[in-house]
Amino acid sequence: MASSTLDRPAGGGSAVRGPVRRLSAWLHRHAGVRLAALLAAPLFWLVVAYLGALAVLFVSALWTVNGFTGEVVREPTLDNFRTIVTDEVYRTVALRSVGVAAAVTVIDTLIALPMAFYMAKVARPRHRRWLVVAILTPLWASYLVKAYAWRVLLANGGPVDWLFGGPGSGPGYGLGATVLVLAYLWLPYMILPIYAGLERLPDSLLEASADLGARAGRTFRKVVLPVVVPSVIAGSVFTFSLSLGDYITVQIVGGKTQLIGNLVYVNIGAANNLPFAAALATIPVLIMIGYLVAVRRSGALEEL
Amino acid sequence: MSVGPATPAVTLRGLRKSFGTVEAVAGVDLEIADGEFFSMLGPSGSGKTTVLRLIAGFEPPTAGTVLLGGRDVTRLAPFERDVNTVFQDYALFPHMTVRQNVEYGLRVRKVSRDERRDRAAEALRSVRLDGLADRRPAALSGGQRQRVALARALVIRPKVLLLDEPLGALDLKLREQMQVELKALQREVGITFVFVTHDQEEALTMSDRVAVFEHGRIAQVGTPAEVYERPATPFVAGFVGTSNLLGGDAARTVLGREGTFSIRPEKIRLVGPPTAPGRGAASDAPELELSNPTAEETSAAGRVAEVVYAGATTRFVVDLDAGARLVVIQQNLTTSSAEVAALRGTRVRLTWRTEHAVAVPVPAVPTPLVKESAHAYR
Repeated sequence: MASSTLDRPAGGGSAVRGPVRRLSAWLHRHAGVRLAALLAAPLFWLVVAYLGALAVLFVSALWTVNGFTGEVVREPTLDNFRTIVTDEVYRTVALRSVGVAAAVTVIDTLIALPMAFYMAKVARPRHRRWLVVAILTPLWASYLVKAYAWRVLLANGGPVDWLFGGPGSGPGYGLGATVLVLAYLWLPYMILPIYAGLERLPDSLLEASADLGARAGRTFRKVVLPVVVPSVIAGSVFTFSLSLGDYITVQIVGGKTQLIGNLVYVNIGAANNLPFAAALATIPVLIMIGYLVAVRRSGALEEL
Repeated sequence: MSVGPATPAVTLRGLRKSFGTVEAVAGVDLEIADGEFFSMLGPSGSGKTTVLRLIAGFEPPTAGTVLLGGRDVTRLAPFERDVNTVFQDYALFPHMTVRQNVEYGLRVRKVSRDERRDRAAEALRSVRLDGLADRRPAALSGGQRQRVALARALVIRPKVLLLDEPLGALDLKLREQMQVELKALQREVGITFVFVTHDQEEALTMSDRVAVFEHGRIAQVGTPAEVYERPATPFVAGFVGTSNLLGGDAARTVLGREGTFSIRPEKIRLVGPPTAPGRGAASDAPELELSNPTAEETSAAGRVAEVVYAGATTRFVVDLDAGARLVVIQQNLTTSSAEVAALRGTRVRLTWRTEHAVAVPVPAVPTPLVKESAHAYR
């Protein structure tokens, strides 16, 4: 084997080989051990901490709580899901949550497209870097700080009200405010993938389109948009799922609005019904799986 | 093909373009005749690509005017100009099939569907790509992409076709094949071709006329023969072909004339010692005599410093006694590689027809060595 050639002293026997070198050589000859050492930690994390937790969630969703003692009854039953499907409140809240997530995604896409296009294709390379930093910095500030900042902005008689012409004329707290603040919070997650996608788009494609007679509008629709669709979808996975699971922003600026996240939170805390919370939490998981399957069908993921 | 009384297809007047402090194009005046195959030749950063982009309208010039068919288009957008470009990276739309790529320009011009399909098919046939119409560019080879880019530009029947180093990404065999095809295609369609390249051989073999660029200016415009045989400056002599310059004392001693002269390496014959190895060069030394400048033939003595065997030819680098270095290229008609290799270090005599030493005017002001910028080449 290779070791025989390795062990042979080289020339004047000057080959000094420390233990690290010997270990490297041994690893070089054992590919399986190398792979195991590389993947052991991440695989442990993925299987136990991540998939394990998800499995517990699904299993506990099938349990119930004894209404009298408040103890968890560990017998599999579909009661929780039956309640969710039949009770109109939950259907309304689920639909509202999906609506909020969809609205946030659409708003962010509309803002991010021109912004990312400016950053990637119009701004000078030197300014480009600063724009990326400017997009990223809000992510360094605490989520709560930003949400409460919007609470102040949207307060009755606050700056937004004055913008609309006096106290009480602004949107105030509620569903609209929730969409607005979530769109603000997740905007960077939409801009960055689109920016990355546009940066990969060669300038010559835009020039070729103009060269062949197309004005800016057609170039954008026929050349830029098809090329960035995978990026938009990547961004939408972020904005959609982050919005779907949110329950803090709603509490801060949503007024009485309830989303799936709130119901989960209430069932964990006040209602002390962990199994029902778990059942509720499977709704966004299933919606996201459905969304990803639909995206995959469209073929957009292959171009990522 | 000289510029006749007809309106030139492209006219450039006092064209300048600066990127920041770098002047990529420093005053270009040029007329390109209708139907001409015109090449712009120069090293990286010499401004040739920038001139092409100014003609296409991708950049506005800092000063000067661009006329297409006599019409001032300096302030017009690319989509308002009757020129089309074949890009260096081909710039095919990756999400469209070959046919959709070719039809793009027709679709923009609202050509009916039937006519669009016919013209696209015809264009693809002219570049011998029929049968690949439904493929995506990613599924094509470099040479095929190149042809799609050509078809896409030609299908619109522009007055002028601009080609930005279109063969640069191809390997040698394919490049030579495409050179022949491009030239045939140009003759067939009769469209004016403006062809940017840094490959002097490519420019010489394909063009009706060549403009040699140096530091954002045109150093010389002429037919390939003029540019090759009568270079206007030492730079042109060096860039188009191998630089063999005799100047100063060397010119005085060897040619008996004042000035700088260029001799093409294939015009020089190596009249050396016998090629059989073993015979000393010293025995030939008495025969070597200095040149007689008035005769039909000029000759000079020197020593072979380097021998590069290249199959069909051999390059000799000869240090003249008069103090210059000349490159000689000889066909290996009867000699073998061992025989030419044995000449290294031997004394030889070089002869050429006196008329082949061409006087090269040296510019009064030496060209400044401007830093080449990435921008200028973009």
